[in-house]
Amino acid sequence: MLDVSSLTKRFGGLVAVNGASLTVNEGEIVSLIGPNGAGKTTLFATIAGFLKPNEGSVVLDGQDITGHKPHEICRRGMVRTFQVVKPFAGLSVRENIAVGAHTRIAGREEALEFAGKIAAHVGLTPLLDQSAGDLTVAGRKRIELARALATQPKLLLLDEVMAGLNATEILEIVEIIQQIRDSGVTILLIEHVMQAVMKLSDRAYVLNYGEIIAEGSPVEIAHDPKVVEAYLGHGASERMKSAGGADA
Amino acid sequence: MSMLTTMSTGNMQRIGWAVLIGALLAAPFAIHSGRWMEFIELTLFAALLGQGWNILGGYGGQYSFGHALFFGTAAYLQALLQYKLGWSPWLTLWIAIGGSVAVAAFVGFLSFRYGLRGSYFALVTLAFAEAFHVLSRSLVSVTEGGRGVQLPLNQDPEQALATFQFTFAGPFLSEAGYYYTILIFLLIGFAVTGWLNHSRFGAQLQAVREDEDAASALGIDPFRVKMSAICLSAGVTSLAGIYYVQKFLFVDPGIAYGPGKSVEALFAAIIGGVGTVLGPLLGSAFIHIVGEFAKETIGAMLGDRPGVDLILFGIILVLMLAYMPRGLVGLVELLWRKLITKRGGGNA
Repeated sequence: MLDVSSLTKRFGGLVAVNGASLTVNEGEIVSLIGPNGAGKTTLFATIAGFLKPNEGSVVLDGQDITGHKPHEICRRGMVRTFQVVKPFAGLSVRENIAVGAHTRIAGREEALEFAGKIAAHVGLTPLLDQSAGDLTVAGRKRIELARALATQPKLLLLDEVMAGLNATEILEIVEIIQQIRDSGVTILLIEHVMQAVMKLSDRAYVLNYGEIIAEGSPVEIAHDPKVVEAYLGHGASERMKSAGGADA
Repeated sequence: MSMLTTMSTGNMQRIGWAVLIGALLAAPFAIHSGRWMEFIELTLFAALLGQGWNILGGYGGQYSFGHALFFGTAAYLQALLQYKLGWSPWLTLWIAIGGSVAVAAFVGFLSFRYGLRGSYFALVTLAFAEAFHVLSRSLVSVTEGGRGVQLPLNQDPEQALATFQFTFAGPFLSEAGYYYTILIFLLIGFAVTGWLNHSRFGAQLQAVREDEDAASALGIDPFRVKMSAICLSAGVTSLAGIYYVQKFLFVDPGIAYGPGKSVEALFAAIIGGVGTVLGPLLGSAFIHIVGEFAKETIGAMLGDRPGVDLILFGIILVLMLAYMPRGLVGLVELLWRKLITKRGGGNA
């Protein structure tokens, strides 16, 4: 469904994303993980049209969308959320979600009604008439998710929807994401909460210093020496092995 | 349970609007003082300027400091096409609206294409208004320069409607013709902002105001939305220019493009409550009442000192922005909610 090949994004001399390639198949949940500053959000922004890549291409459903504007990409069925949440603070929760709904629904009443349905999916029903600016972090993350869902996407890019949530809230969001996938939406997510990555993903990519260094099932990834080193530093994998050997 | 709590907010609002519009329509029959009618007319005029500004500034979050640009362009087109070419005012008004919208599209394209936001956009609009101010003074062969354009006064009652002049229009129209002109224009402004509250475009415009990146992630093209908003805003503002020329039969560079109209527009909207339908009218009424009051009291103390009321407005604006960013409408809503909870609590 999504084919990203050799994507490169430079800021002046800094190469934030370096020849990154990844594929997301229909119906999958794919995770993109990596240490802080690895370039995950930049890669997301480049895929979703917020940044123009210096090299490489992004193909959605067989159509080249490299360098297209975010709103065009959204209308083609790929929508992103933001790590730093951006609620429309002056609007109510229902109105926030309706903005997303308007991508496919012209009528105001219909969009507001559809927003109510989406809110029920993500557990926002009790807060529908509150001002979005008054919500907690957990509430704001849900608005991000609900607005994106309201655009009726085929592919959803989630940028750290669990950051800042407590354990209970994470469990709830994990369940919501599974339901979204079951309803037929393909998902690519950036996540630091490994418990969620392990539980949710069919496959995962690891990004470090702007390059994809590993790909595979969550279990394969967790045991990949390159990945361990990316997180814990050079030589960490060797040390762990020898430490394990000494124990045995 | 009291009436107040049993009735839905939507119904209350509808009744409120019906009462307000009814009162405005009936005003000339109830008020026979010319001075008062003039006062109300000027209040409606400023409310219309504020409403035009409100579409772009209030709903779209793009604070223009040069809305005189759209007022002045319409005023000059309305005056010059009649004066120089002898065209009917009923034809020139369409050209005035169109010209104003065209200027808006030009300024909007330059600003929004290059992503100017916040104070940069404000400065660009201010600069364009000033540029037109200077041009209207220097292009003497087109605009008559600093002398301004004086339209001939029609004294034939038969021609009153054809010339869009009500001074000699017979017993009723000569009293209330201009009042109803500005009222109809203002109702158009109300209709446009009311539509913004209940339409996809209005929702998208407010989304762009709150966060452009989030809006574009959700399929909204911020450029297209802002372009539409500035054109709509100019269209409504241009009605004020048309009214002004037909009423006073005169326009000059200072009136048309000076900072006065720009400031009046944003004052009315900000004091009344940005991004609300009623805000500009409330703000305009407040400004005019306080202005009159200031002139009466301060004038009595210090003698006639033009500008004293402006200092007062400056202070009010600062206090308003600091403590009541949602304006008078925000204050009314707050008091209303308190009233309802108090009554509801008392009867429970």
